[in-house]
Amino acid sequence: MIPGGPPPASHALVLAALLFVLGLSALLARRNLLFMLLAIEIMLNAAGLAFVAAGAAHGQADGQVMFFFILTMAGVEVAVGLALVLRLSRALPELDADQAARLKD
Amino acid sequence: MIELAALMPAVPLLGAVLLGLAGRRMTSGAARAVGVGSAVLAALTACAAAAAFVLSPPPGGATTAVVASWWRAGDLAPAFGLRLDGLAVAMSVVVTVVGALIHLFAAEFMAGEERISRFFAWMNLFLASMLVLVLASDLVVLYLGWEGVGLCSYLLIGFWHRDAANARAARKAFLVTRIGDAAMALGLIVLFVHLGTLEIAPLLEKASAVWSPGAVPAVVAAALLLAGAAGKSAQFPLHTWLPDAMAGPTPVSALIHAATMVTAGVYLVARMAPLFLLAPPVMLAVAVAGALTLLLGAAAALAQNDIKRTLAYSTMSQVGLMFLALGVGAWAAAIAHLATHAVFKALLFLSAGAVTSSLEGHEHDLRRMGGLRGDLPLVFAAFTAGAAALAGLPLITSGFYSKEAILSGAWGAERAGAWWWAAAMLGATLTSLYAFRLVFLVFAGERRTPVARRPGAAMAVPLAVLGALALTVGLLEIPRWMGGRPLISELLSTALPAPPPHQDHPGRESLLALAAAAAALAGPAIAAILWGPGRRRERALGAPAGAGAHRWIDAAASGFGFDALYARALGRPGASLVAALRRDPVDEGIEGMARAVETIHRLLRRTQTGRLRWYAAGVAAGSALLLALVLL
Repeated sequence: MIPGGPPPASHALVLAALLFVLGLSALLARRNLLFMLLAIEIMLNAAGLAFVAAGAAHGQADGQVMFFFILTMAGVEVAVGLALVLRLSRALPELDADQAARLKD
Repeated sequence: MIELAALMPAVPLLGAVLLGLAGRRMTSGAARAVGVGSAVLAALTACAAAAAFVLSPPPGGATTAVVASWWRAGDLAPAFGLRLDGLAVAMSVVVTVVGALIHLFAAEFMAGEERISRFFAWMNLFLASMLVLVLASDLVVLYLGWEGVGLCSYLLIGFWHRDAANARAARKAFLVTRIGDAAMALGLIVLFVHLGTLEIAPLLEKASAVWSPGAVPAVVAAALLLAGAAGKSAQFPLHTWLPDAMAGPTPVSALIHAATMVTAGVYLVARMAPLFLLAPPVMLAVAVAGALTLLLGAAAALAQNDIKRTLAYSTMSQVGLMFLALGVGAWAAAIAHLATHAVFKALLFLSAGAVTSSLEGHEHDLRRMGGLRGDLPLVFAAFTAGAAALAGLPLITSGFYSKEAILSGAWGAERAGAWWWAAAMLGATLTSLYAFRLVFLVFAGERRTPVARRPGAAMAVPLAVLGALALTVGLLEIPRWMGGRPLISELLSTALPAPPPHQDHPGRESLLALAAAAAALAGPAIAAILWGPGRRRERALGAPAGAGAHRWIDAAASGFGFDALYARALGRPGASLVAALRRDPVDEGIEGMARAVETIHRLLRRTQTGRLRWYAAGVAAGSALLLALVLL
């Protein structure tokens, strides 16, 4: 048991928000596509943490169910994302997201 | 008989179609043979139909047949119906015989032309349209012919369209007559709305039964029809197109002025005579328009320096005389004059064409003509016969008998007979004067332009035939008091309403005829003094005129400034309106919408940079905004 009782849900939510902002900042700041994928993973996990915390606060299992969905989705996303990155790594000299801008033409 | 009537417009139409489709592959000779042949065939058919009509008159004086149904819209179901009565017979004979002779003349006159098959295709179509107009038993079919005539006149006046002036003249003719045509279409609508039919005979019966004289719808319909007739027949105030229509080849002018086109208006008024009798104010307008045109045209003709323009104003003025006759109720006299006028005006135009084509450089200017009597004896004889008939020299010319009938009809008018008679007399005197002015200026005096060639057989034959006709057609219309039989009037008597009853004054007819003869003889006498051999001819009207008179002469030479007036009153406001509408206000709004959309599109396109991180930032910002909106 954790002394002092379980931490209140708001702490977990603040942590989730911090994680989400971290992930978003990384996504916007990094140009390497691999790191951008990682940043997305962080943001997804932040959302998952929020779900779990909310589920625990309400005493319901739905939050944990949602986390499984998110895990599945993250796996799918990584599979597609890595495949695209692999393709791009052959087309581009380096894995720079800004250089991929010419995809719009 | 009615089969012949159906054949009449069909033959020239077939000729036109043949020439139109296969004309390019035809030799010039073949094209001319088809063009002239179909016109001659139509003339023979018309003569046969007329003979059949006269020898065994159909019961009731008319025979009608429906050739084909046309279309149906509600209660209006016009059929291609033909109606042969005295008026249609007289008109179709005039149209085809004179038309055929003009075609024959054109075969030589236009021989060197490149696009001769096109020329004859249009000439044949012209003839066919006119015959449809004349023979139609339904006003919608009549209108078809009416528009066909308008179209062909446009095509033929502008036949030499490479010269911009000719194209302009063609456009002017088309637009000015179009004003009348639109009015006429409105008139047909008024008639249909009130009477429920446009078939001529039932319509006229119904009109007389339903409307009392002076009824408003009758006056409106008659006035609108009069506007149409005035447009086609070049009557005041829609007369300005006719002098410019001289831009066409001379046979075209002859066809327009004599056999087709300008007679259409006279025919329309005569055909709808019972309707016009129901509208006394419109009858007065017919007479006034006729009298005004008669005098304006005659005065303008006197001052022209171009031989064809003189004849054009002359046509205007003579058709004005016919309208005057219609307006005073002398229906048969008007149609008789139409017939004689068709003959002698065609003759005058064709002789004028023979003169100009013989002279070096196709000279049209009267001031550079003269002394051609010896060089072109046949043309001289023909032209003099035509001018004599136009002037109405007594006893020996056709014009005398028809004009005399109009003058006595004018005197016998129900109201103001003496005034109408005086106007007609003044017109007749001026007519005689300018007719012989032409003769003296062209054929007398010294030679001014050398003769380059002489007319051949195809030109000579029509001149000779028409010359003979111009002198003798009047024998068909010798009035009763002279011991003759007015055959034309008798033919028309079943088709036209009776003229107003004359009060019988013994000897009045002969007195009026004497006056007419005096007016006709005054012309050559004065003309001989003013323009006879040995006179100076620098000015159009001769030297004795002072400065004030010259102003009048210049005004007359320009047709009394109606062109300038219309340009000022209608042309200029129209042009400024067009200029204002050029930047279409409504369009401007719609274009503005298009421009706004384009601007937004350009701005939004900038956001599509292709930079993934910008998109991510956009998505994040958008989500944050939405969340904020939902939560706050």
